[in-house]
Amino acid sequence: MTEFLRLLTSVLTITLQAGTSLTYATLGEIYTERSGILNLGLEGMMLMGAVTAFATTYYTDLPWLGVLVAIIVGAAMAAIHAFLSVTMRANQVVSGLSITLFGGGLASFLGQRLGPEAHSGRLAGLVAERFRPILIPFLSEVPVLGALFRQDILTYLMYLLIPLAWYYMYKTRNGLNLRAVGEAPRTADAMGIDVIKTRYLYTIFGGMLTGLGGAHLSLAYAPGWTENITGGRGWIVIALVIFSMWNPARAILGAILFGGINAVQFRLQTAGARIPASYLNMLPYLLTIVVLVVMTWWESLSHLVGAPAALGQAYMREDK
Amino acid sequence: MRRIVFEKRESMSRRASTLVPIISLLASLLLGGLLLAISGANPFVTYYEMFRGAFGTWNRFTETLVKAIPLMLTGLSVAIAFKMRFWNIGAEGQLTLGGVAAAGVALFWAQSLPGWTLLPLALLAGCVAGALWAGIPAVLKAYLSVDETLTTLMLNYVAILYSEHLYYVAWRAPGYNSGTATFTEAAWLPRITGRVHAGIYLAIILAVVLWFVFKRTRWGFELQIIGENPTAARYLGINIAQNVVLAILLSGAISGLAGATEVLGLARRLQQGLSVGYGYTAIIVAWMAQLNPLAIIGVAILMASLLVGGDQIQMRMGLPAAMGLVLQGLILIPMLAGMIFMEYRLRIIDPHTTGMEVEA
Repeated sequence: MTEFLRLLTSVLTITLQAGTSLTYATLGEIYTERSGILNLGLEGMMLMGAVTAFATTYYTDLPWLGVLVAIIVGAAMAAIHAFLSVTMRANQVVSGLSITLFGGGLASFLGQRLGPEAHSGRLAGLVAERFRPILIPFLSEVPVLGALFRQDILTYLMYLLIPLAWYYMYKTRNGLNLRAVGEAPRTADAMGIDVIKTRYLYTIFGGMLTGLGGAHLSLAYAPGWTENITGGRGWIVIALVIFSMWNPARAILGAILFGGINAVQFRLQTAGARIPASYLNMLPYLLTIVVLVVMTWWESLSHLVGAPAALGQAYMREDK
Repeated sequence: MRRIVFEKRESMSRRASTLVPIISLLASLLLGGLLLAISGANPFVTYYEMFRGAFGTWNRFTETLVKAIPLMLTGLSVAIAFKMRFWNIGAEGQLTLGGVAAAGVALFWAQSLPGWTLLPLALLAGCVAGALWAGIPAVLKAYLSVDETLTTLMLNYVAILYSEHLYYVAWRAPGYNSGTATFTEAAWLPRITGRVHAGIYLAIILAVVLWFVFKRTRWGFELQIIGENPTAARYLGINIAQNVVLAILLSGAISGLAGATEVLGLARRLQQGLSVGYGYTAIIVAWMAQLNPLAIIGVAILMASLLVGGDQIQMRMGLPAAMGLVLQGLILIPMLAGMIFMEYRLRIIDPHTTGMEVEA
């Protein structure tokens, strides 16, 4: 029995570790989409966050500075998306894709250029300061739930951020305005809310959290830089936003589901399961599709309108 | 107070639609040059080396064409889907499975089939595999409204992992670390010059056919209406679901063909290096060509030259080959910003005088 509890604790610990970057990015994208902007650039932004956070930390030994740089980089890339989709009214799907393609290319370039001369400019394979798990005395000893208290500082911060993000969205004036902009921009405009400013603001805010999620990958979860470190997490997040039905409080659920898949995969592999590794690695992607189908089907059955009504549509006061 | 606003044009500006891609390319080179300078490389030397690497000699140019073939095919594939605003970003996975299916036919049917049927059957198998793989998201979208960006993208990872399982484990040739055995000669796609294979003919023929379909046929018109105004399409009695599925099957088949020609024309065995991102670059190709099939041929060559040029600066100057990817990604951003000028013009509203118009 104790053996089983220990296994469960370890699976849950890995689940939360793997789910942290997903949760940050999911929270960010929920805020962005609530303002009516769909940002498919997450994958590129996470990659850029991960590479810049790691490079900064490698040279300064200051992981917090790395986090800050990743947040700024995420914000800057999101600002490009906001400019394209809000001001220039570009197609948001293609704009997001361009951010992902550009970010992916640039992250790969920087990963081969920012490293030290002696390492021929490469960042891959280097070791830097990182966020280590902090065991909270007594609480971390509790079976199973102790896993919650065997995490790094960014995960603890995430525990705080989720209720705050929920409170801000549903209990404050600003949160109400944000939702109004995403649901009915014309009405919001008539009420005196600055639609353009709101959309810029929350797209950039989403970028900050996404950059932070990327930093968690290279500074805590998989410490170090490897090409394509995100492995599609930025895309899985888009599905997690749908899964959470645009509610920050539910952002953690998807992260646990997908983090859990990672943990189970990891456990099966180390236990020497007879399933080929490639098939195990397919699980998160297949699960994303299943989640999407089930959510879409369920929303249509229960007539729930989950997505902000104006999601993906440019707004211009002059248009009639 | 003066205000600058966008005003809708009466019709699409032709001048803007040719100028915007060219300015975007220049802007991308400028920004990329800045990046190179900051990272301590001479941008002029780097660009010169990239250009020479891609176009310098006939030999180099054939290598650019080799990389352009899959970009032409996947670019066409993506353009069909984008025409309907169906965001197929799964060309990478459809290409991979096309390559896998073609390899499967070439490897396992070689003994039981007459020689001359092997190549056409392998190409056909590639098309069918790509079509079926694209068909899953198409059916989910058409009949259950499941978002296709995510399903097409997730299936890329599944297809690539499956192909890895095949060439590392299941189909691995004895004595090799990875990769299948080389196909029998009957399954080889003939080469024209250098490593340029007959896939280039297929790409050009398809481009012309698709150009005709888009411009001159009722079906092409229906696809466009579905993309631009689904409500109008419904009023016109167009069966949207059926058209989406049909067009996406075609889109997937062309990406599958891209994979099949790669495998049968270049490596002639299934090995690592089939999925190198052509399916993603295809998005840039299609968008920069503004979904015009004939323009796709030219843009694909341009994008391929950035890839080959990138490889060259890695070999000759020790700079990351990813520079080519950076430039490709950079093109799309000014392009998207500029596209507004095709539909809108800038207008300065000054309440004191009458509105002054500025052509943009």
